[in-house]
Amino acid sequence: MLTIEDLHVNIGDKAVLQGINLEIKEGETFILFGPNGSGKTSLLMALMGFSGYDVLKGKITFKGVDITNAPMYERARLGVGMSFQRPPTIHGLRTRHLVQMCSRKGEINPELLADIVNMTEFLDRDINAGFSGGEIKRSELLQLMAQQPDLVLFDEPESGVDMENMQLVGKVARDVLDGNFNVTPDLSLKERKKRTKTAGLIITHTGYILDYVNADRGQVLYEGQLCCEGRPRDILDHIREHGYQECVRCMN
Amino acid sequence: MSKVDLSEFKFDGLEQEAIGDLTELSQEDQDQLLMAGIVSDLGIRSASYLQMDQSTVHCKSTNDDVEIMDIKDALEKYDGLKEYFWTLVDKDKDEFTQAAHDNLHGGYFIRVKAGAKIKEPIQSCLMLKSENVGQNVHNIVIIEEGAEAHIITGCSVAHGTKSGAHLGISEFFVKKNASLTFTMVHNWGENVAVRPRSAGIVEEGGKFLSNYVLLKPVKDLQMYPTITMNGENSVARFNSVVVAPEGSLLDMGNRVIMNAPNTRCEIIARTIAAGGTIINRGHIAANCVPSKGHLECQGLILGNGRIWAIPELDGTAEGVELSHEASVGKIAQNEIEYLMARGMDEDEATSTIIRGYLNTDIMGLPPKLQEAIDKQIEELQMSDAM
Repeated sequence: MLTIEDLHVNIGDKAVLQGINLEIKEGETFILFGPNGSGKTSLLMALMGFSGYDVLKGKITFKGVDITNAPMYERARLGVGMSFQRPPTIHGLRTRHLVQMCSRKGEINPELLADIVNMTEFLDRDINAGFSGGEIKRSELLQLMAQQPDLVLFDEPESGVDMENMQLVGKVARDVLDGNFNVTPDLSLKERKKRTKTAGLIITHTGYILDYVNADRGQVLYEGQLCCEGRPRDILDHIREHGYQECVRCMN
Repeated sequence: MSKVDLSEFKFDGLEQEAIGDLTELSQEDQDQLLMAGIVSDLGIRSASYLQMDQSTVHCKSTNDDVEIMDIKDALEKYDGLKEYFWTLVDKDKDEFTQAAHDNLHGGYFIRVKAGAKIKEPIQSCLMLKSENVGQNVHNIVIIEEGAEAHIITGCSVAHGTKSGAHLGISEFFVKKNASLTFTMVHNWGENVAVRPRSAGIVEEGGKFLSNYVLLKPVKDLQMYPTITMNGENSVARFNSVVVAPEGSLLDMGNRVIMNAPNTRCEIIARTIAAGGTIINRGHIAANCVPSKGHLECQGLILGNGRIWAIPELDGTAEGVELSHEASVGKIAQNEIEYLMARGMDEDEATSTIIRGYLNTDIMGLPPKLQEAIDKQIEELQMSDAM
């Protein structure tokens, strides 16, 4: 589904990614570990196509389409969805309206979706205006449910979220990846089943999200390079025990 | 700043015939008025006033608690309205106030009787019909003790009219525990000069809520209404949404003087210069405590244009709480990218953000007016201006 080949990305003069190779298969959930400043967020931003992330070399292929230089909206329409860490407030744009605009795949019912993430009372508020950490995550999930992407880029689902919210965020994140939610009440069982699983690329620091999602593979990003591929649980245990310093040795 | 030469306009001899009903206007003119929030269907208004050029052509109240009449008639009936007329605005302030003083054409007198809660809005319209007309009006609004009302004032040119001058004096009196929502929509023409001179006082427990919408071109507009909060526990709130396309020069803002303890005010202006020039003023003075005031002058420049924000705070007592936020910029890239990540192309993202920026939901306008405003925003976005 997603293939990254020898990806080199700069922010200005600074090299943030230096030869990333990664493949994520349809419906697969991939966990990205790494210390602060290792380039995890940059990888997500480059995959989504944000300005300021200059691809110097390499190729990104999604569903067989070369999207290395595609504008953001084309990637989104092709099926790449992203949960933002710090989304901007847009004055006068109601959450409900944005949720509706996200749903390019067909009619959705904002009330029904909002109910799942406990965001009903936010539908008529300006998007992200005064939202807490947990509310931002829930609002991002709400938009992703409306968007129904085939690949979700999720930057630190647990950041700024208290334990109570984490339960909800984790559960809904799993449902999004499993395609296990209702966009409209009148969708037939057959239509529901037809929806395939969603692939995920998730960044985590704490690993809390692993308690909720079925992660297939994981890898550590360190100083712009990927290393230490393995089962996410094992990687997490390893990092907890030895720290990221081990990765340097592992690479050498 | 700019000069308006009053000798270019005809301030005499442009009287118009009275009409019994707004439906007697041409369909085009009715549509023009609708753009400014004025409806022909009087069933959804409790009173109506229409000034065309230099005559009051229509004036009618369907609610006994709302008195509405030509200001000249009111001056006669109430012995010159001595307590009100020219008490808040100085007739010698400038050549425009003098012109309105020396050659009064009309204007509305609205009085809402004590204790009356008026459900349907009161509407008034000041219209420029003849080409190059000069219009002098003087309006008096009195909301008596404990009364509540919403006045919608639409100022508009007639269909096809391009040039004219509108000089308008307005004096507002919000009495004890009374509440006035005053919504003004301007629908002027490319060659119209506008000089409102307005002031109001709010007494104890009174509320003055002002909404202002300008989405159409106007050559030269200058206004700076001043509200003085003289009573304890009074509230004033101003919301403005303003667009200046190429050729528009707007010098506008609000001033609030808090002269009593426990007063609160808020001034929020959202402006877009799309080729035109906006001077966005705001001034809050607080002389008593506790008092709380917040001022926001937000500006977006699209393409080219100029926005000059002048927020001023003047506190004269320990304990006043005044704040302001001013910005002049363009649409933030991170907002555009946020929406592009949801599948909108750059144009869709930009117009969605602008529509949000101009969103007037907060004003709580009646549906017909909200529709008219939404339609204008849509037209504006379709045009080359933005």
